[in-house]
Amino acid sequence: MIKLTIDHTEVRVPEGTTVLNAARQAGIRIPSLCYLEGVHVVGGCRVCLVEVEGAKALQASCSMPVSEGLRIRTSTPKVRAARRTVMELLLSDHEGDCQTCGRSTDCEFLAVARDLDIRDLHFTGAKHHRLVDESTPALVRDSAKCIMCRRCITVCGELQATGALWAQDRGFECVAAPAFGQNLDRVACVQCGQCAAVCPTAAITERDHIERVWEALGDPGKHVVVQTAPAIRAGLGECFGLPPGTLVTGRMAAALRRLGFDGVFDTNFAADLTILEEGTELLMRLKAALVEQKPVALPQFTSCCPGWIKFAEYFHPDLLPNLSTAKSPQQMFGAVAKTYYAQAIGRRPEDIYVVSVMPCTAKKFEAQRPEMNDSGFQDVDAVLTTRELGRMITQSGLDFTALPDEAMDQPLGMSSGAADIFANTGGVMEAALRTVWCVVTGTPFPFEQLHVAPIEGMEGVKEMAITIPEAVPEWAFLKGQTLKVAVAHGLAHADRLIEQVQSGQKAYHFIEVMSCSGGCIGGGGQPRFTTNEVRRERMKAIFAEDEGKPVRMSHENPAIAALYRDFLGTPLSEASHHLLHTHYAARGVHH
Amino acid sequence: MNGCGVCSCGGATSEADLRLRLDEAIHQYQAVPGGLIPVLQTAQGIYGHLPEPALLRICSGLNKSYSEVAGVVSFYSFFSTEPRGRHTIRVCLGTACYVRGANRVLAGLKQALGIDVGQTTPNLQFTLEVARCLGACGIAPACMVDNVVHQSIKPNQIASILQSYE
Repeated sequence: MIKLTIDHTEVRVPEGTTVLNAARQAGIRIPSLCYLEGVHVVGGCRVCLVEVEGAKALQASCSMPVSEGLRIRTSTPKVRAARRTVMELLLSDHEGDCQTCGRSTDCEFLAVARDLDIRDLHFTGAKHHRLVDESTPALVRDSAKCIMCRRCITVCGELQATGALWAQDRGFECVAAPAFGQNLDRVACVQCGQCAAVCPTAAITERDHIERVWEALGDPGKHVVVQTAPAIRAGLGECFGLPPGTLVTGRMAAALRRLGFDGVFDTNFAADLTILEEGTELLMRLKAALVEQKPVALPQFTSCCPGWIKFAEYFHPDLLPNLSTAKSPQQMFGAVAKTYYAQAIGRRPEDIYVVSVMPCTAKKFEAQRPEMNDSGFQDVDAVLTTRELGRMITQSGLDFTALPDEAMDQPLGMSSGAADIFANTGGVMEAALRTVWCVVTGTPFPFEQLHVAPIEGMEGVKEMAITIPEAVPEWAFLKGQTLKVAVAHGLAHADRLIEQVQSGQKAYHFIEVMSCSGGCIGGGGQPRFTTNEVRRERMKAIFAEDEGKPVRMSHENPAIAALYRDFLGTPLSEASHHLLHTHYAARGVHH
Repeated sequence: MNGCGVCSCGGATSEADLRLRLDEAIHQYQAVPGGLIPVLQTAQGIYGHLPEPALLRICSGLNKSYSEVAGVVSFYSFFSTEPRGRHTIRVCLGTACYVRGANRVLAGLKQALGIDVGQTTPNLQFTLEVARCLGACGIAPACMVDNVVHQSIKPNQIASILQSYE
């Protein structure tokens, strides 16, 4: 332990702790802007300056490790003046339309200005050239809001291995932007929205779909249905001050009903459907490889995550045959809603308006992919992030926390616990294993031995192997086989895993990839701010939701069984192929 | 020497030959940390500037994103993505030159050439740039044309200086 003094208080912290974190432990909150724990520690914004006894200049506390006997002062006149100057300079070049800015309730920049109690501004002068970039379906960039903290550059380059955003130009002209300050559609961006999740201001935000949803809800000719992704129920409460990890499934259903949706449904229903299609696809690939000795693309990769799909299309086109052809749950839901459900309620598909609530920005991109119209119309019409749904509920005047728990509508609101865990990294893998195990062995899934533990967690890559002890006659060839699987979250981690597979160091049958750290619960559309602690709480809530469900395996969902019986036939049937499967195409990395 | 006149390519060279030279540079620096800048310098030497296709080839070859490479190119003023003139004029705007009338020299050059700072004349003869100090304060105001320093310039000398490079 290192002993130091902060503001006359003695503090003991482990070696390697930064002064900023040591101060937090001592109950002193030093303001910071660019700092992102464990991810982006550059001391660039200079808001966290402190006085260090014996040092000539003020030091950035976020990047300064503690040392024995250090004496720190965090609120001297010199410190306060320096922080104020830094903030005033940043404010002088910031488009401060806070009254109408979408970030005013969770803006970190505004919060620091308030904490420092900045009342007047002493600097006027040149401002950045404003560029509002609406070139992509999921994200909007406003250069006039950027304070050059460079968090977005770090997450895009280092966590997501994409590098769509970088510092362009120099000095006052410097801007965090795609190549040469061009629009985002000119470079390889996977639309994951992690930049929007970490941006302290409104310089990068999701493209707003709220107005088009209100419009549809107000159109008497439309039958408007909504689907909520598994991760929403563990995040939405944070928009209303509830602690991270509060499950709000029932209140969310109640709120959606009061907003005027004609059907309050669940993406989880479609997640169960995905497992039947994707799991069967895996078994067919294994059969082709092991029994028919046919050349077949293995490992199979999951296809639920649209950021990962776009990443593969850009950077790993050779792996496209390995991607499951199963559409994501969002898109399966849309296709089923405008066919099966439309028929069931006697409406034309063009009168059904499908709204998704997603923890994700890339889902906005996915919904408008030209091939996603197998119902004959765009299968999903509008995609709201968790944050946007929070804003709609606030706009409508509902007191969310006081709402009663209500149930989802049927049949597209019924789901198993396997669908819930899609929200967490490793969840799609476990959901698939639960069903594959039952189908192949004819015995119940051994939850007690094979629960998520081996592939749960915050590390970037996990792997596990299970040997199949017995098999029903149809899948006899799998008896004694060891199924090897891996899970990656964060695209840089996925990239590393792919490298190991392609170089022959590792071999798997099935790989799950999620773009965002922690899986969808850490998605780019979730309430800000998602720390590792928040991720853990949301994951716990999702596991609790799974464990509380009477049905915990996708193939036991009675609504799914009815869908196959009445409409689709069997998994991978012709109808399934038409509605529930898709194809991929390589994208040039550079236009 | 039979140069093409625009760059230092050394003669009428086919597009394929230029690309081969670029690929050699990429190959040479592929595994070298910090290899991007020497490759960009080589590319600018080959093409006279950094055209987009060359930059994209560098991105693929060095496994870097276009935004990262563009970030480096746009940071350094000696890299240019636009075709450049046969001669580069750099007017010093350092403190000493400035107080001795460098801004009038710059204004005169802009007028004579009909271009702004950072631009190239339509006949690709001159590119006009400014510098922040050439380290020649004793002979202020100074400017450089390619590698030659011109000293104590008065606006009325501009025409004759330009003429010597026509």
